[in-house]
Amino acid sequence: MQVALFATCLVDLLRPTVGFAAIKILEQADCEVVVPPTQTCCGQPAYNNGDRQTAIRLAKQVVDTFYRYDYIVVPSGSCGGMIKIHYPELLKDDPDYASKAADLAARCYELTSFLVDVLKHESLDVTFKGQITYHDSCSSLREMGIKYQPRRLLAKVNGCQLKEMADTESCCGFGGTFCVKYSAISTRMVDDKVNNIKASGADTLVAADLGCLLNIAGRIKRLGLPIRIFHVAEVLAGMAQGPGIGEDESR
Amino acid sequence: MKSSSLTFRANAEHALLDTQLQRALDKAGSGFIERRRAAMDALPVFEQLRHTAREVKEHTLSLLDEYLLQFERQVISNGGQVHWASTPKQATDIIVGLCHEANARKVTKGKTMVGEEVGLNEALQAAGISPVETDLGEYIIQLADEPPSHIIAPAIHKTREQITALFRQHHARYGLSQPLETVPAIVNEARQVLREEFIQAEVGITGANLLIAETGSTVLVTNEGNGDLTASLPRVHIVIASIEKIVPTLEDATVILRLLARSATGQEITSYTSFFTGPKRQTDLDGPDQFHVVLVDNGRTNMLGNEFHPMLRCIHCGACLNHCPVYSAIGGHAYGWVYPGPMGSVLTPLMIGLKQAPDLPQASSLCGRCAEVCPMSIPLPDLLRQHRFQLADNGAVKLKPRLALAAWGFLATRPRLYHWVMNMMTRVLHWASRGRGRLQKMDLCRWKLRSVCRWLDPKS
Repeated sequence: MQVALFATCLVDLLRPTVGFAAIKILEQADCEVVVPPTQTCCGQPAYNNGDRQTAIRLAKQVVDTFYRYDYIVVPSGSCGGMIKIHYPELLKDDPDYASKAADLAARCYELTSFLVDVLKHESLDVTFKGQITYHDSCSSLREMGIKYQPRRLLAKVNGCQLKEMADTESCCGFGGTFCVKYSAISTRMVDDKVNNIKASGADTLVAADLGCLLNIAGRIKRLGLPIRIFHVAEVLAGMAQGPGIGEDESR
Repeated sequence: MKSSSLTFRANAEHALLDTQLQRALDKAGSGFIERRRAAMDALPVFEQLRHTAREVKEHTLSLLDEYLLQFERQVISNGGQVHWASTPKQATDIIVGLCHEANARKVTKGKTMVGEEVGLNEALQAAGISPVETDLGEYIIQLADEPPSHIIAPAIHKTREQITALFRQHHARYGLSQPLETVPAIVNEARQVLREEFIQAEVGITGANLLIAETGSTVLVTNEGNGDLTASLPRVHIVIASIEKIVPTLEDATVILRLLARSATGQEITSYTSFFTGPKRQTDLDGPDQFHVVLVDNGRTNMLGNEFHPMLRCIHCGACLNHCPVYSAIGGHAYGWVYPGPMGSVLTPLMIGLKQAPDLPQASSLCGRCAEVCPMSIPLPDLLRQHRFQLADNGAVKLKPRLALAAWGFLATRPRLYHWVMNMMTRVLHWASRGRGRLQKMDLCRWKLRSVCRWLDPKS
C-alpha cells in the first residue's frame, strides 16, 4: 500500500520534524511512504483570499501529483479539509478533474484519522513525560471530524497525561492570512486560547495543525509562559525530545 | 441606518480597548453557548428537525411568490391589508403614511430588525411621530441613542452599571430618584413607564418571526409580552416583515419554532409565542381596529437562486453571533450596520454594497463554528468566501496583499521554481539571522526534508 505524504508548505518550511515524524509513524504501521517532490501548497491561501483561479490551478496540481497513490495523508486537518471538502467543489465543473478530485478526496486523510480509522494502528511504543492539553483545530474538527483519534493515540503514549482545557473547540485566531490582516482581533482570540491552556494546568500543548501551533506558540513565547508546544505527530513518533515549536533552537 | 462598516478595522480595535464593552461581552458570552448546548442535549431530534426546517424553507423559497400571494389573500380575508415595499424608502413611506392616517403622534414598537434595516425610527421621527421601543433591551438602547448590537439581545453590550446610569439620567423626569440596584428593579422601572406609553400610543408596530401563508397570521416570539401589548392595545397594528419569513403552514411554523428559541437563548420555547391574525373581530374583547402587514424585499429577491440563496433560510436566531469568536471579541457595533456577526457579514455587503463593507467578509478566521450551530444549515463560511471571490474579482483587495499573494501563487504553481526560491530564501534568512535560532534551524531542517524526499522518491 503506497501512502503519499502531503507534508504541507508550513511543515516543509517551518517545522520539518513534523514531516519526518509522520513518515516514521506511517512506516511503523507498515505503510510504504512516498513524499512526492512536486508538492508545494494545497492552495488555501488563494482560496480564502478570493483568488479562485490560483486555487483551482493548485488543486489540479495536487490532484495530478497524488492521484496515483493509494492514499494521501496530511499532518494537518486544514490542508486535508481543503483537499477533501473544497477540491471537489472547486473542480466540480471541470470535465477532466471533477471525478478525479472526488476520488482523491475519498482517499485523503488527516494523519491521526488515517492511523485510527483506516489502519487501526494504535499500538505505539513511545514515551512522553508531560501533561498534555489538546487543541482542536477548527478544520480538523469541523471539516475532517477529528476529535477522538488524536486523543486515543495520545492515551497510548507512555508517561503522558491528557488534561482537557475549556473551550478546546474554539478558534485560536490563526485563520491563515486572517491573523495578519486582523492582528488585533486575532491576538484577542489567541489570548483567550492561551488563558484556557494555562488554566488546564498542562505543561504541553499539542494539536494537529501547524498553523494553529505557530500562532499559539508565538503568543506563549511573547508572554514568556513555561508551556511546551508540539505537533501531535512529533509526540506520537517519539520525536518530541528536542526544542518545541517557538523555542530557541540555536545550538 | 447610516453605516460605519467602512471603518470596521478601527471600530474593532476601539472595541477591543473598551473595558466596559469587554466586561459586558465576557459576562454574556458563555451563557448563551451553555444554555444552547443544554437545550440541544435535551433534543435528540435536533439534526432531524434541522433537516426538515431546511426542506421547509427551500420548498417555500422555490414557490416564494405563490406563498406570499396566498398570505396576502388570507390577510385580506381576515380583514387586514398587505403592503409591498421593494426598498427601505417605500417601507418607511408606507408606515409613516399609515401613522398619519391614524393621526398618530406616538407609536409603540416591538423589536424589529427589519425596522432597523429600513431606518424606521429615523423616518418616524422625521415625520414628527415619536417611536417608543417596548422591548427592554431596545428601550435601553433607545435611551442611549444607540443601534442594537445583537439581533436578539440588542443591549448586550451594556453593563448593569451603564444601564442603571441611563435610567437615572432619563427617568428623573418620571420621578426616579433611587439608584436601581437589581435587575428586577430595572425591569420594574421600565415597566411602570412603558405601561403609560402602551395606553397612549395610537399605533403599535411589531416585527414578525414568521408569516404563515395558509392562515395569514404573523408570528412573534418575545420573552416580555411587550409584543402582545404593542399589537393589541393601539387602534392600529402594523407588522413589518421581510419576505423570507414566510412558511406555508402552521405545522411548518412549529418546526422552525422548535429550533428558534433553543438556538437563540436555549429556551425550549419563548415566554410568549403570539399569532396575530387580522384585526379585532366582532366577538373579540380587544385588539386593533386595523391590521397591516408591510412586506419588505430590500434586495432579497435578487438573492433567490444566486450564490447567496442559502442566506434566505436565516431565522435570525443569533446562534452564529453567540458562537463567533470574532463577534465575542469585538461586539456588534464594530460591524457598523444593522446585522453583526457571521450572518451580518454575509447580509450587510448584499444590502449596503460590498464596497461599503469590504472588511466584514474578510474579518473571519473561517473557523466554521457558525455553520456548525446554524439551525438552518446555512454554510456561512462558504458565503463569506463568495464575497471574498467578488472582492478579488473586482480588484478591491489592497495592493500589498494582492502582490504578495500573486507572487506566492506564481511560485506555488511552479514546484521546481518554488523549491529553488524557498531554498534560496531560507539560506538568505539563515545568513541574515545569524544568532537567532529558529531561522538557522529552519534552513537545516529544510535540507533534511528535501533529502528525505529524494531518498523516498528517486525521480525527484
